[in-house]
Amino acid sequence: MAVGLGHFLSVGAILFTLGVFGIFLNRKNVIIILMSVELILLAVNINFVAFSAVHNDLAGQVFALLILTVAAAEAAIGLAILVIFFRNRGTIAVDDINIMKG
Amino acid sequence: MTSDLLSFSALAPAYPEMVLAIGTVVLLLVGVLAKRDQYRAIAIAGVVLLAAVALLILFQPADGVLFNGAFIGDGFARYMKVLVLGGSAFALILALPSAAENGLDKFEYAILVLLATLGMMMMVSANDLMSLYVGLELQSLALYVVAAIHRENAKATEAGLKFFVLGALSSGMLLYGASLVYGFTGHTQLDEIAKVLIYGERSIGLVFGLVFLLAGLAFKLSAVPFHMWTPDVYEGAPTPVTAFFASAPKVAAMALTIRVVMESFAPVTHDWQQIIIFLSIASMVLAAFAAIGQKNLKRLIAYSSIGHVGFALVGLSSGTEIGVEGVAIYMAIYVTMTISLFACILSLKTETGYVETVDELAGLAQTRPFVAAMMAVLMFSLVGLPPLAGFFAKWHVFLAAIQANLFALAVIGVLASAVSAFYYLRVVKTMYFDAPVLRFAAVPGELNTIMAITGFFIVTYYVTVGAPLANFAHNAAGSLF
Repeated sequence: MAVGLGHFLSVGAILFTLGVFGIFLNRKNVIIILMSVELILLAVNINFVAFSAVHNDLAGQVFALLILTVAAAEAAIGLAILVIFFRNRGTIAVDDINIMKG
Repeated sequence: MTSDLLSFSALAPAYPEMVLAIGTVVLLLVGVLAKRDQYRAIAIAGVVLLAAVALLILFQPADGVLFNGAFIGDGFARYMKVLVLGGSAFALILALPSAAENGLDKFEYAILVLLATLGMMMMVSANDLMSLYVGLELQSLALYVVAAIHRENAKATEAGLKFFVLGALSSGMLLYGASLVYGFTGHTQLDEIAKVLIYGERSIGLVFGLVFLLAGLAFKLSAVPFHMWTPDVYEGAPTPVTAFFASAPKVAAMALTIRVVMESFAPVTHDWQQIIIFLSIASMVLAAFAAIGQKNLKRLIAYSSIGHVGFALVGLSSGTEIGVEGVAIYMAIYVTMTISLFACILSLKTETGYVETVDELAGLAQTRPFVAAMMAVLMFSLVGLPPLAGFFAKWHVFLAAIQANLFALAVIGVLASAVSAFYYLRVVKTMYFDAPVLRFAAVPGELNTIMAITGFFIVTYYVTVGAPLANFAHNAAGSLF
């Protein structure tokens, strides 16, 4: 069976869904949320590279490189915010992010 | 296309961004190399830089498409950039009197605001999904840090963390939509996408892409049902930071949404129109009812801003030139009212800190009559009572909706506006009819000046700025059609 665009898009869609569910269903740890965000961005990259190959157009791959770069910066900032949060509260459990409600 | 980079003068449409980028880097170096933390000097230099860039945009306008179609300079971009720059500059000034109490006495604050502003200008001028994403992320990454900049404060760090998680999720959704749009049209450039859509049949994949793209943008706009982060972030972040969040980034996100739907997806107006109408109605109605129970002043303002995004989207729902013009006018008036409102709140300092809840405003009319009067005017303007500016903002967007035969939307909007009057007027009632409980420190001079200037324009909108603003907005909207 040849691997076609549909297969790549399916993998992308599954990874994206896993990422979104990882953010909303996870009640344990904020690090898992950061991993889920990365998963979402990688799902998008798979889509871009697959479409880029199908269209025979480089724009999609350039876009994927930009996403990789920005994802690195995003992870750095996310971890930095997490560190100052931990210093203030002594925990990074998702259930403990609850000073403000309503 | 290749001649883009051959001469420096060909880059004229991007001069404002270049000036801002270089200026920000210079200020960053000055801040790092200075012996003591010169946050005040850097912030004032930042305001001057923003003002200089705004003047450059106004008096040296240059149109054109640059960088292989990734960047566009047109009337619409200029209008929105001036609003963004104004909002950021006033937000920087607002932060100065209370910088030490709010943990903003670091020069990095001004630098991050300038970088976020640069990102917003890129968003406003984006003509390609790539430049759109990079601009959006430059803005978002700076804003995440700004939200958590008071790092000893548990509330501020929690706000930063919540903002980061939901912001990252929304960027992911926007990107997923962008990847589908690219896949089903073969282009990332906004006008090329439109060309494909005019001739081709629209596929279900493209509609999915459009929905994800708009969901990501709705997060940044904080339109219902993607508004969950707004009240928490507004409450947790230091008040001057909230003032910034509520003004300039809203304008940039709105400008980006307008450009994407009007430039790329004009051939499939019917598809996005339904989504925007839904976002608009949900935002107006939910904000009007959810704000009623709020005691915290900043949460109240958060719901108010959600509602105002809903009202602005009424104009966009029409999908017409007059609708875009209405949104442009709406955003200008909204930014002015927001800055003015936060100037009022930041001027109310008690022995224990700054005013946090609505009840603490009790009897303000006796203790601080000028601030109370200013705030009452603002509340009436936010409700939309004539002859104040807020009335004309709503009038323009509802007019556009009615001309596009969206009668139900306009009626729901007016009803939501009437419901929202309850919580706005409750603030006025607390200030004027309740007994005073707190004593307030003297109002800093710069805040008085901001209140007086913005108040003057809000009250005399129709006779002073109304006509020139409408003219500027008309030209801006015209450049998109």
